Amino acid sequence: MFKPIIEGKIFKVGNDIDTDQIYPGRYLYLTLPDEIAAHAMEDIIPDFSKQIAGEDWILVAGKNFGCGSSREHAPRALLCAGIKAIVAESFGRIFYRNAINIGLPVLKCPDFTKKVNHNDSINIDLRDAFITLYNPERKIPIEKYPPQLLSILKSGGLIPYLKKYGEYSHLNNKI
Amino acid sequence: MHPLNQILARASGRKKVKPGEFIVVNVDLAEINDLYLQVLLSFKEMGGDRVWNPKKITFIMDHYAPAPTIRAAENQKKMREFALEQGAKNFFDINRGVCHQVIPEAGLIWPGMLLVATDSHTTTHGAFGAFSTGIGATDMAAVLLTGEIWFRVPEIIKINIRGKIGKGIMAKDIILYIISQLGTDVALYKAVEFDGRAVKEMSLDERLVLCNMSVEMGAKATYIRPDEKVIEYLLDVNPEKYKEYETMKWTEDENSEDYESVYNFDIGKLEPQIALPNRVDNVVPVSQVAGEPIHQALIGTCTGGRINDIKIAAQILKGRKIASSIRLLIVPASNKILEKCIKLSYIQAFLYAGATLVTPSCGPCLGAHEGVLAPGENCISTSSRNFPGRMGSKEAKIFLSSPATAAASSIKGVITDPREFL
Repeated sequence: MFKPIIEGKIFKVGNDIDTDQIYPGRYLYLTLPDEIAAHAMEDIIPDFSKQIAGEDWILVAGKNFGCGSSREHAPRALLCAGIKAIVAESFGRIFYRNAINIGLPVLKCPDFTKKVNHNDSINIDLRDAFITLYNPERKIPIEKYPPQLLSILKSGGLIPYLKKYGEYSHLNNKI
Repeated sequence: MHPLNQILARASGRKKVKPGEFIVVNVDLAEINDLYLQVLLSFKEMGGDRVWNPKKITFIMDHYAPAPTIRAAENQKKMREFALEQGAKNFFDINRGVCHQVIPEAGLIWPGMLLVATDSHTTTHGAFGAFSTGIGATDMAAVLLTGEIWFRVPEIIKINIRGKIGKGIMAKDIILYIISQLGTDVALYKAVEFDGRAVKEMSLDERLVLCNMSVEMGAKATYIRPDEKVIEYLLDVNPEKYKEYETMKWTEDENSEDYESVYNFDIGKLEPQIALPNRVDNVVPVSQVAGEPIHQALIGTCTGGRINDIKIAAQILKGRKIASSIRLLIVPASNKILEKCIKLSYIQAFLYAGATLVTPSCGPCLGAHEGVLAPGENCISTSSRNFPGRMGSKEAKIFLSSPATAAASSIKGVITDPREFL
């Protein structure tokens, strides 16, 4: 379900985190949400899915987050493990699409990772495209979604979007 | 208008498109591999019943060929059943090879087409003059349902490669060098065109390597202007399509306004290159790390398993033995290539040398099976990625090189400049 306001604590990772690190290739035959979630970030952050269980987390990364393979398992693993949104300087192209398609907000914000610390609480406003940081309170703009992408996210992803509209002809440039 | 934009304009029913625009395009071919049962799950979840056009859909069982686990076998079984039920006859089972080799061999790639596939290395087919890109499972499910997909029209980067290609230098050395100079995100959300004397002189097999590896700098699609080598390919695999291609209103005019940026490289003095763990852009000349011990060498995959790659490896290995400390895996990119290798006695040379022959497929490139690495092992590979854990243990190290360097290194058991064997 689409939530325009997302609140959570920051889980910080570095630059160029590729999809093999987000979801190792040896588990690509899995399809159930729980089994996919269990292997999220397994090779770089042991027990990641257990560490983030029970609280709302926002993943914050450097540049080129999700580069590499086209595996949709990567954003799915993060979403199923409970990640509410990802803020990065830039994203691997296919990862970015895949995340939006499954209803996981991915946000581009230059230098954001330098402004925040692991465990900081933040508030993301998707409609007006800014993030609120606390102590001291300040607002940081994020790249605004093109209306086409926002319409998919608002529907909760591409599956509910297509269920609702049956086609995406109205995604053509002007909406 | 750049040829890539001409393809997008045609596919979206517009007169012209420009970078940054959102368009919805008709897909000419949708290709699904055996990692993506999620495509069928998402398709059902969308309310899908019949696919939009079974003739424009192809399935390929290449990542898990043959199935290493019960679950992988089940996924393939479900895909076979789905394809049969939908009347999708272009089904390539585990006996064919890697998608990016098998699909062109089957005559399904032509200049001017628009292809989407559930694999990031789909950028490969820009070498044939196609707009081709990798997508995820849910995007693909929507393609099965509607025959369409949305794109943001990408900016285009041009990379000119000049200079005479030196002895023992392969396209892999050139593209590793370029990625090291431009970085892994230079082409994020953008398309890349390769041009220049060196590209024109390359075989089609070698051009495919440039386009294949471009996704490692973020590219959405690639392009090399089709010439007589592409036409020769098309006439060989699909003469009907050639007739169609000839009638297309096509302009190859160059316009500097088409490019967001242009990079120039002179590779005349380039030495063999190698990407050190764990980054594709962590590249040095082979000579700088010569002597580093290797436990496994992989010659194959959609990046480095074509006939040209295997020919060079066979030339180096013929009559020689690999070091006793090393395992050499040979994975031809397709069964057709394997057949050629047998006819040309390459396979005999590899077996004599002590190599292990692996089913034409993706093999151990993605760490699923067929030669995964133990902690502490070093592997030299002609594949595309050396990310941590990519080929098995996250404590294994992967060095990316050309087939020539991988072959020479397996003789000595340490990283070796191939020029001493040529």
